[in-house]
Amino acid sequence: MNINLKVWRQKNGKSQGKLVDYKVEGVSPDMSFLEMFDVLNDRLVSEGKDEPIAFDHDCREGICGMCSMYINGRPHGPNQGVTTCQLHMRSFKDGDTIVVEPWRAAAFPVIKDLAVDRSAFDRIIASGGFISVNTGNAQDANSLPIAKDNADEAFAAAACIGCGACVAACKNSSSMLFVSAKVSQLALLPQGDPERNTRVLNMVAQMDSEGFGACTNTGACSAECPKEISLTNIARLNREYFAAQLGSDRS
Amino acid sequence: MNWITKMFSSSLGQKLIMALTGLFLCSFLIIHMVGNLQLFKHDAGLAFNKYAVFMTTNPLIKTTSYLLYAAILFHAFKGIALVFQNKKARPVKYQAFDGKANSHWSSRNMGVLGTIILVFVVVHMSNFWWQYKFGHVPYTKYTVNVGDNSLSSIPIDVTNEDYMKGFTEKLVVRPLGQVDEIIVKDLYRSVELGFKELWLVALYIIAMAALSFHLYHGFKSAFQTLGLNHKKYNGAINFIGIGVFAILIPIGFAAMPLYFFIK
Repeated sequence: MNINLKVWRQKNGKSQGKLVDYKVEGVSPDMSFLEMFDVLNDRLVSEGKDEPIAFDHDCREGICGMCSMYINGRPHGPNQGVTTCQLHMRSFKDGDTIVVEPWRAAAFPVIKDLAVDRSAFDRIIASGGFISVNTGNAQDANSLPIAKDNADEAFAAAACIGCGACVAACKNSSSMLFVSAKVSQLALLPQGDPERNTRVLNMVAQMDSEGFGACTNTGACSAECPKEISLTNIARLNREYFAAQLGSDRS
Repeated sequence: MNWITKMFSSSLGQKLIMALTGLFLCSFLIIHMVGNLQLFKHDAGLAFNKYAVFMTTNPLIKTTSYLLYAAILFHAFKGIALVFQNKKARPVKYQAFDGKANSHWSSRNMGVLGTIILVFVVVHMSNFWWQYKFGHVPYTKYTVNVGDNSLSSIPIDVTNEDYMKGFTEKLVVRPLGQVDEIIVKDLYRSVELGFKELWLVALYIIAMAALSFHLYHGFKSAFQTLGLNHKKYNGAINFIGIGVFAILIPIGFAAMPLYFFIK
């Protein structure tokens, strides 16, 4: 296959970027989208005219949350429930023109080309997305009964890999789906219960201070999430937050 | 900052304000719809004119109406402010953006739809509410014709409006039959005349289409914001949100100007 690419090139966070046209020839339909970029970068390096295109990637099997390309107006491209590394060139047609941009959000500044700084997510997690327990031997699993439904729902929320597609898809660059998944996975389990109030209050405060927009319930985040995190988590985040503000001693 | 200001200035708290004021405005739409259905009665507007007196004199309704005006202003201006605030979260726009792939058009355009509705509310209130309360609406006299029991409505000149006000308020609470005649401000006639204007009818229909799309997203969105997203209730919320608020109410309201325009 031959693919025409329009790729966002930007030297660093301070410089102006622009879309640059590339033609990639002889692409195998079985290549992943990232492998197609590897081929292009190989060529750019050997030609020596242009710097290789910077893009984030790590595990390349859809579990690390590093890859982050905004492809033809959609995060992670046109397919449902996959990351960019799981997107294959067979999802496109020979001769297609594909526009590739980085995640766009004030809270995710561009580092270079398609790589953005997502440490805002790390700071949100550091503000409360954990449980404080002394490590040691694991206790007997049967000593802590957890309803199956809750365990399933917590697990579904915990599937979030923190890639930021929700922020990229949202017209307001809201990180509500990410925060709600992180709040939910712990709020649904007894281990998360002791810190539930401080957790949700701190995480929402941190989220707001990072410059993400507000949620207007368009549902774009959930539709584009590679892990298909449900909007019910955002409803739970709202409940947790208002319950903590209205009913707890914390503020 | 105390916890209340903290809560309402957070992104979640501002959503809560939009949801609560929005649902309050939805509840008003039902009352307004039911009341205004009296426009379709074949009684020369008597029921509607009596209803208008009731709505502007009943103390409970007067109090609620001030709450309503506050809610309209708050919902509208907070909404517009939030649109601009949210735009700031994405300073560099995408070159290619495929919104329809993942969300409904109405959910991405609540600000535009809301602005159309706000313009409509201003025109609507200045045409009828302002004229009724502070402007000039002519009086009419209703009498029952002895022969065939039919109603007649005869416009009358009123020189002392303040005196008339007290007079009508006393009379309208009693049905025709117990009293010989009823003299009221003829808002029905204002409506009748107003809706002969093509541009006004067009504005009403455009605004009701905007209202339909606004509520298609807004109603169920408000419940999501309140944390009420549950498979046991989502069906009912969607049914009411779409069936009642996105279809029935806008069609009902749009039918009123159309009815008078064609009549």
